[in-house]
Amino acid sequence: MIDVLIIGGGIAGIETACSLQELGLETLIIEKEKQIGGHLNNWDTLFPTKRSASEILEYYTEQIRKKSITIYLNTTVTSIRKQDDGSFEVYTSREVSFKSKTVVMAHGFSLFNAQRKEEYGYKIYENVITSADLEQTFKQNNDVFVNPMGKIPERVAFIHCVGSRDEKSGNHYCSKVCCITAVKQAIKVKQLSPQTQVFCFYMDLRLYGRGFEEMYREAQEKWGVQFIRGRLSEVAENIDGSLQLKAEDTLAARPFKMSVDMLVLMVGFEANKSTALFHNSCGVACTESRFIQPRHHHLSANATNIDGLFTAGTSIAPLSVFDTLNHAKAAAFAIHSYITK
Amino acid sequence: MNDLFIIAPFTIGLIILLGILIGKYVVWTIQLSQIDKLRILHGFFTVRTLRAIREIFWESLLHRNIWKTNPLLGYMHMSFALGWLLLIIVGHIEAYMQASSLSVSPWIPIFFRYFEHEHFYGARFFAHTMDVLLLYVLSGVVLAYGKRINSKLFGIKRTTKLKPKDRISLIALWSIFPLRLFAESATAALHGNGGFLTSGIVFRYLQVTPNIEYTLWVLYSCSLAIFFITLPFTRYMHIPTEVYYIFLKEYGIKLKKQFNSYSKIQVYSCSRCGICIDACQMHHAQISNNQSVYILKNIRDENLTDRKLYNCLLCGRCEDACPVNINLNDLRISQRIKSSKEYNSSYDFLEYSITEKADVVYFAGCMTHLTPGIKKSILTVLDTAGVNYLFLDKDKGACCGRPLMQAGQIEAAKKLIAYNRQQILESGAHTLLVSCPICYKVFRDDYELGQIDIRHHSEYFLELLHNQKITIRNTQKSIVYHDPCELGRGCKVYEQPRELLQSIGTLKKVKHEKVESLCCSGSLGDLSLSMVERNKIKEQTLEVLLKPNPDILATSCPLCKKTFVKGVDIQVKDIAELVAENIQSN
Ligand SMILES: Cc1cc2nc3c(=O)[nH]c(=O)nc-3n(C[C@H](O)[C@H](O)[C@H](O)COP(=O)(O)OP(=O)(O)OC[C@H]3O[C@@H](n4cnc5c(N)ncnc54)[C@H](O)[C@@H]3O)c2cc1C
Ligand code: SF4
Ligand code: SF4
Ligand code: SF4
Repeated sequence: MIDVLIIGGGIAGIETACSLQELGLETLIIEKEKQIGGHLNNWDTLFPTKRSASEILEYYTEQIRKKSITIYLNTTVTSIRKQDDGSFEVYTSREVSFKSKTVVMAHGFSLFNAQRKEEYGYKIYENVITSADLEQTFKQNNDVFVNPMGKIPERVAFIHCVGSRDEKSGNHYCSKVCCITAVKQAIKVKQLSPQTQVFCFYMDLRLYGRGFEEMYREAQEKWGVQFIRGRLSEVAENIDGSLQLKAEDTLAARPFKMSVDMLVLMVGFEANKSTALFHNSCGVACTESRFIQPRHHHLSANATNIDGLFTAGTSIAPLSVFDTLNHAKAAAFAIHSYITK
Repeated sequence: MNDLFIIAPFTIGLIILLGILIGKYVVWTIQLSQIDKLRILHGFFTVRTLRAIREIFWESLLHRNIWKTNPLLGYMHMSFALGWLLLIIVGHIEAYMQASSLSVSPWIPIFFRYFEHEHFYGARFFAHTMDVLLLYVLSGVVLAYGKRINSKLFGIKRTTKLKPKDRISLIALWSIFPLRLFAESATAALHGNGGFLTSGIVFRYLQVTPNIEYTLWVLYSCSLAIFFITLPFTRYMHIPTEVYYIFLKEYGIKLKKQFNSYSKIQVYSCSRCGICIDACQMHHAQISNNQSVYILKNIRDENLTDRKLYNCLLCGRCEDACPVNINLNDLRISQRIKSSKEYNSSYDFLEYSITEKADVVYFAGCMTHLTPGIKKSILTVLDTAGVNYLFLDKDKGACCGRPLMQAGQIEAAKKLIAYNRQQILESGAHTLLVSCPICYKVFRDDYELGQIDIRHHSEYFLELLHNQKITIRNTQKSIVYHDPCELGRGCKVYEQPRELLQSIGTLKKVKHEKVESLCCSGSLGDLSLSMVERNKIKEQTLEVLLKPNPDILATSCPLCKKTFVKGVDIQVKDIAELVAENIQSN
């Protein structure tokens, strides 16, 4: 029997494994994809440092090698069953199951599917993309910044809160990192294409973290990014592929129209589909927003309602890399004291 | 003994009843509009009157519509109505026969056994016949007791609650026939003039004195009197009013937007059968005070609250289920018009632009603009078919006015209607194409566009297909079609979307279809419903729609599509998108 089985080889899972290894416990990571790193594989540079995401992933790859942590790639955990002796049986897509004293759910989040907000035209109009798509564009490291139709955009608009804080999408919560991600991406667009005008449409700006406000100020003062408090109502396509935005400026309290060459939807976090599977198979408690419910928000934010079942990272809520890694380290301590008590 | 105490209560009750009824109906009729009064005048000596009488026979006596939804309930209503009427008719014939004359005092047929103990030609036959009829009505009374005790026996999940005055009336009604049975049985025991039921069964082992007999007849008369006097003030007012309503309906009188005396007549025609309660999906969201029967009751009692009034999807399911054919949706809207405070609706910012000329004008409306996939598909189909069209609200446009209409903001709606109407007329088009059933409804009902054909895209695309302007590839996929409320029950378009879909894939049947279809829950008619409540209703609808495991859930309303997309894993498509995806260029 293994000491700790970790579901998910994103940064939360790996950090938990590394810390546990240092505490002398034996771990096993099960990762669905063919590589570790989770969503960070798709991001270019990270806020607030503007350092490359791959730098973090390289660091962890090195740690895994040094600490010889075992990882099963291309394996999806499908259900968790608590046994009578208090241990867990974890079933996977590969017809193998694992026995473990404790389990960590570090299976992360899913991106909101922007097609569900049809009025914004994602996958209908060519020049509408999501924040995740834009990271991919940045990663390609092209010399010139162009929109999906290959044109250098005169105007780019970022739309905040797509699929978050939106009753109609069924998601009341704030995804926390998309405001600052928009700031980060707006700066990057300006860096790549200084002549492009950049607009951010927000409900209110949530720049809660260390260094976030500074980045916001930089975006305005140094790069001339324009922040408009307003809600986008609908998007239409012009013959040349540019987009007509109809929105409401909620500060000026009037409707207005704007034409842009590219629209970026700041898609939010949603609970990973696996969370529902785990909830159904072992009864782990979930919040109204469908994320995992920690046992105590302040005092035991890694334990769950089931003894021996822990969580780390964005399986509990939208978190930045900074918060994810702290939560993961704390998970290691919680598990260590659970096993050695 | 003094016969007065038997005759008087009944007679006084009847006179009061007739007085009030005539008074009310005269006032209501006077309050009708001039045109509606002319309609009655012109319709009176035509077949319409006969048609009305036929409907009264079917509905007010036999209660055919209730039979259709619930046979036991139908039987109960029928036994009261038909049984009682026959008792009166046969009772009169019996009295005439006995007197060998048509001039008998009006109370004689009512208390016949009490007054007539003598044998006359056919007396036995009449005694037995009257007993059969009495037994028939009594069977209905027993069912009515049963329904109050346990409505589930009737397959009704919910029944209406009673007010004190209704209770008095109800008890009076329920005692009339048992008292008649006892009174006639007492007389039969003393004088031997009963039929198979009344002779002996009740008083075989009981000593009956003339005093007991007298008291029973007085009680019988009193119960009739109480029922008559309370009738106009209780739910039973529906009995005469429904008859009157059927005549007016046949003469072609229609419900107006403003609440008037005809609306009142409809309100009073409700029998509180409760059928509309079960039709309403709001129960899935634990809302059980807003259903039509309660609204009508509140209108009568003048204590309708906005909370209840506005908490309704306007899906029209109750209207379809109502056996009395009350225009429940429009009645509710007329109440909203009455209660809504006109807000400052200035649309000065709308500019009149000179419209171009075209054969067809396409109006997308707000909802289609929020579903660009549908909008794009419509344009693809029009372009492929080579239609000469004008996209009226491509860049700027006003709302069609229907959501305002549903909210009771009629003045604001009228401004938008006037704006759009002028532009449509100026285009010189022969056809107006819309891609949203919500717009479609208001264009058909309130725009007065004269010669212009108004078409929903499902109808229009089918015509294009029939005229070989387009051809469609069959995908062989299985499709379930959801009827949008405004297109189906609202505009009675059921077949064209189905025919169109059959050319795209295999159409599967579901449990509630066409006129019985369920609401997606997205309706703009109800702005007070929370998302959580909407989702509960939606889930129940989806359960029905997804039962046959289709590949595609198709609908023909942008709002239905938007509502369903958030709840399912399979593809949710508007008919326009399915046509555009599978269109073949000639
Ligand atoms: C557009 C965007 C940009 C962002 N930019 C930044 C930034 O610049 N700076 C910053 O601090 N944060 C940023 N974030 C937030 C950052 O992505 C998250 O904090 C981080 O990814 C959380 O890591 P995680 O390990 O909790 O989850 P994930 O990254 O989602 O990793 C979860 C892992 O679990 C695996 N998995 C899931 N289910 C199963 C299963 N059933 N079985 C096995 N394996 C499974 C997945 O394949 C994945 O590898 C951004 C987020 C978005 C959406
Ligand atoms: S972080 Fe900003 S963009 Fe994201 S959901 Fe919260 S408020 Fe909206
Ligand atoms: S509104 Fe119609 S269905 Fe509802 S109780 Fe009245 S008569 Fe019956
Ligand atoms: S219209 Fe629909 S929601 Fe409203 S009361 Fe009738 S059945 Fe219920």
